[in-house]
Amino acid sequence: MTETIVIAEIAKGTIHSTTSELVTAALALGGSPIIIVPCTDASVADAAATISGASKVIAAKSEAFAHYDAAGWASAIDAIAPVGTIITAATPQSKDLAARLAARRSLSVVQDVVAIDGNQLTSPVYSGKAMQTVALSGPAVVSVRANVFDAAAEGGSNEVSVVDTTGNMATAVQEFMARASKRLDVAEANVIISGGRGMGSPDNFVHLEAIADTIGAAVGASRAAVDTWEAIPHSMQVGQTGKTVNPNLYIAVGISGAIQHLAGMRSSKYIVAINKDADAPIFQHADYGIVATWEEALPVLQSTLSGMMA
Amino acid sequence: MANIVVLVKQVPDTNAKIVVSGDRVDLSAVKKVMSPYDEFAVETALQHREATGGEVTALTLGGAGADKVLKDAKAIGVDHIVRIDSEAELDSNALQTAITSVLSELGAEVIYCGKSAADSGAGSTGPGIAERLGWASVSNVTSVAFDGGITVVAPSEGGNARISVSMPAVISCDKGNIKVRKPNVKGIMQAKKAKVDVKSISVQASSVAVVSHSMPPAKPAGKSYEGGAAAAEVARLLRDEANVI
Repeated sequence: MTETIVIAEIAKGTIHSTTSELVTAALALGGSPIIIVPCTDASVADAAATISGASKVIAAKSEAFAHYDAAGWASAIDAIAPVGTIITAATPQSKDLAARLAARRSLSVVQDVVAIDGNQLTSPVYSGKAMQTVALSGPAVVSVRANVFDAAAEGGSNEVSVVDTTGNMATAVQEFMARASKRLDVAEANVIISGGRGMGSPDNFVHLEAIADTIGAAVGASRAAVDTWEAIPHSMQVGQTGKTVNPNLYIAVGISGAIQHLAGMRSSKYIVAINKDADAPIFQHADYGIVATWEEALPVLQSTLSGMMA
Repeated sequence: MANIVVLVKQVPDTNAKIVVSGDRVDLSAVKKVMSPYDEFAVETALQHREATGGEVTALTLGGAGADKVLKDAKAIGVDHIVRIDSEAELDSNALQTAITSVLSELGAEVIYCGKSAADSGAGSTGPGIAERLGWASVSNVTSVAFDGGITVVAPSEGGNARISVSMPAVISCDKGNIKVRKPNVKGIMQAKKAKVDVKSISVQASSVAVVSHSMPPAKPAGKSYEGGAAAAEVARLLRDEANVI
């Protein structure tokens, strides 16, 4: 029997809540997982002590974890993780780490897992246009999508040990360039409001931004909007050649729902569509569809949400 | 003078409808193209050659049908085209082992690839081969500058980071602000005549096997409303029914 090992997801210097979902995924694979917390300050790992279902917590303390470097992180984690199946989050950084860890141990990696049944793992392929189920016949490295597995309960009392480790950094950060706005990137956000060409002009994205700032969302865009307007950067693009997102809530405004766009957001937990064309394909994927122009719907949405958040 | 290799993969056209027949995807009627992010990798590799001198080799793995993506790469200016001949369904360990052995044989000093392939979406190959070669890697790169070494821009928490990378290295490319060049007539003619260097290799057994494909689960019909005033009701449902606000 080999171990299952969860690599805690770290965001803003603390353990991200998806880590509890990774524990649930680990339990589905069999075995009570060890949680490894990459950190520079071991106290960060204390937050994992209360996650139920884990066998223990290891605070992996290293200066290597100050900035992400794929080679450095993989070597530092490999040095202390026991033999077994390793589970990570499926953020871009953690998928990169998963691939390096797997290669370091001559294992295979299965990315973006959304379902686990015994040794069978299911992931979206062709950007979610189909699902693929694979069978593991030994240890592997597995990245798990957020908002799919339930969070493991709180109330555990895991032993936390601190282990010093070192990583061989292969790159050097010269400069961090913070985003001009405080708004989240679509790849990091749990709520996203996106606009398409139906917004009429890039200037009208201010209405999406206002709602985003009210509810702490990121602002995204369809490929049509990015291709049409220079003011809408590719970093905002959700879809097959942009970012694949998996938020709790995705609000699509003036987006028809081209196959390309659906591929990047269809697995969102809740989808709201606002479009003046009742036949737009996006409505087939919406939990809540509003047939209206954005000019009619957004002011109402903005004022209602502002009232709720007040 | 750098020995530059760019990894390219043939995938279904991203606008194509994907059909599952039996328990496998049926791609027989689907047009195949170079995976979109690989186009940015090819462009970046060519820019690297222009900055430092050297030669660019495009490498793929697949059956003879995959020669098309190599010819496409040749048409826009790569020097050499190489295909690892394998039509087997490989897990990432077997795939990366095969590619790594050929990369070593080619004497690669820097490798470019797309941030992920449009079919698997995994993004494992770039960082995986970097680890196997013991090289540095940076993924999701949106901008590359050549200044003796390589300086890249990649997303970092809360923004972007400018990162210096010493060669040898693997750089996996996102779209960013890279404009991809188009083939000219001369390039297309040269590509037609170009010979693909085919490498036969024995691949190791896979420990991860594909069991089945299926269509994504259909979503139950949602609630629909007419008129913008309904946005107030939807906002309340997002809070009280969906619990996402």
